[in-house]
Amino acid sequence: MLLFIEQLLNGLQLGVMLFLMSAGLTLVFGIMQVINLAHGSFYMIGAYVAATVAIRSGSFLLGMAVALPVAAAVGMLMELTILRRLYKRDHLDQVLATFGLIFFFNELTRIIWGRQPLFMDVPSWLGGAVELLPGVHYPVYRLAIILVGIFVALFLYLLFSRTRLGMQIRAGASNREMVAALGVNIRLLYTLVFGLGTMLAALAGIMAGPILAVEVGMGESILILTFVVIVIGGIGSVRGALVGALLVGMVDTLGRVYLPDILSLLVSSATADTLGASLASMSVYILMAIVLTCKPAGLFPAQS
Amino acid sequence: MGTMCNRKNIFNGLGLLCFLLLPPFAIQSEQEYLLSLFTRILIYGLAAASLDLILGFGGMVSLGHAVFMGIGGYSVGILAFHSYESLPLLSWPFVLNGTENALLAWPFAVLVAALFGIVTGAICLRTKGMHFIMITLAFAQMAYYFFVSLTKYGGSDGLSLYNRSVFPALNLGSDISFYYLCLTILLVFLIIANRLVRSHFGRVLSACRENEQRVQVLGFASYRYKLACYTFSAATAGLAGVLLVNQAEFISPGLMHWTKSGELMVMVLLGGMGTLSGPVLGAATLLLMEDFLAMYTEHWMIILGPFLIFVVLFAKRGLYGLLMGTGGNHD
Repeated sequence: MLLFIEQLLNGLQLGVMLFLMSAGLTLVFGIMQVINLAHGSFYMIGAYVAATVAIRSGSFLLGMAVALPVAAAVGMLMELTILRRLYKRDHLDQVLATFGLIFFFNELTRIIWGRQPLFMDVPSWLGGAVELLPGVHYPVYRLAIILVGIFVALFLYLLFSRTRLGMQIRAGASNREMVAALGVNIRLLYTLVFGLGTMLAALAGIMAGPILAVEVGMGESILILTFVVIVIGGIGSVRGALVGALLVGMVDTLGRVYLPDILSLLVSSATADTLGASLASMSVYILMAIVLTCKPAGLFPAQS
Repeated sequence: MGTMCNRKNIFNGLGLLCFLLLPPFAIQSEQEYLLSLFTRILIYGLAAASLDLILGFGGMVSLGHAVFMGIGGYSVGILAFHSYESLPLLSWPFVLNGTENALLAWPFAVLVAALFGIVTGAICLRTKGMHFIMITLAFAQMAYYFFVSLTKYGGSDGLSLYNRSVFPALNLGSDISFYYLCLTILLVFLIIANRLVRSHFGRVLSACRENEQRVQVLGFASYRYKLACYTFSAATAGLAGVLLVNQAEFISPGLMHWTKSGELMVMVLLGGMGTLSGPVLGAATLLLMEDFLAMYTEHWMIILGPFLIFVVLFAKRGLYGLLMGTGGNHD
């Protein structure tokens, strides 16, 4: 039972990371109608910049303060120069051009930082563990990630439902021409949305830094899971991204821990281990296939 | 149309001549590595051309095509593995032994790839656009992790073959005969595919790409046409995988990674979508570029990435389109 609570929190923490990644991507999908495979690159850029600054200066917060604007700036520059030309193109062109961007960013990172992964330390003020319940110890850093996720979800909710900017973004998603005709600078709006998305991805990368190794290709492994989240949640819906992220985070984490145990009730333990491990890594994709078969537009289809 | 046809024929004829004359040239100039490089070009060309069938003609943007190559390759690899170990692959409900005989193993592998194609295709084709891209990707990842977890067959380290499949009256161990076998298979596929896209079936398929609703209103079951095309394409990619595992005498789940599917897509676009022989040119360009740039810098991807973006933004019709001149249009 105690282990279960701990795993539940781990699932929640993975879910939060996925939410940060998918919130930005689903906005870009939903509003600009563009598939951006290079979203994972901003996760990587955020992690690398933050790790470099943090290792040099010894301050995690300074690393974060530098990495967020850098990633946002790179993202907006990319939107201005390349992605903007792809809005009207078909999905195939978008996939290929952003695939090219992945090659570029990965190789650039290799040239600048080399092939060796960087290791970031958990900041000392977030080190250690707290006792949540009697007998349940949980690392403070992972709790902090969960808190940041809740904070970002709240921020996005308020941004979209309570502010003028959020209203313009929503309007721009449903009818671009009309909003432009009413005097809103829709191009600038798109660039800002893109910047926001890349900043969230970078935030996820920065927070993942101390947990995982900062290395080339780290963006792609989370990118595919992010796609799964978005498709399950419904493309373009931030609420769907939240539900999808938590679902995928839970299924992935709990599946890895409990599937071998459950299977060992049915088959011999050696087979259960291999079968369980393979089923666990496939579980989120199976979940996605089931969701798409029942609800082809995802759980929360965005109104369009 | 007349000059178009001529230019196309000249291009295809020259291409064929180059491929035919390569082995003697490679041996004359003592550059045997060219032979294995061009064998890979032929194999990837086959896979890319099969992707072109669903991408360029059917309008189905699949980001998981490499999975069929992997399944075809693994089928041959696993059968050979059981043959070396003389362990039956299946002992219940019937005994199925491993084999190295190409006439048994290859059709089996193609059948498995086609089966995987028809089952996943039946699900994927229920969706459209972005969802279709994502679900093909998801199935590919599923298969990728499945083979990673198969520790019996090497897991993520992959599976090595001791030798190539045994083909009656043909020594596949010789690189030259293997090269010409790959060339023959590619040519046969291109001829069949060219007939196919000009047939009634191909016309309906192209119409689905343009306006599926209208096709349905005309009374065609568009879903069945697309599924048939998807399955045929999957089977061909499976065959490409069979050839690749024989060429390298090795297979690993890395072949099924989604970036491989992305590379196949790049080959199609680079060569020219909806042209069938264009993707072969695309495969040649990409693999030769890789080989050439890698001689100068290990960071060749920094050149390839922007080059790719440039092609997408400014040269949408690919190299084949450029060679065919401005009047060329694939339909």
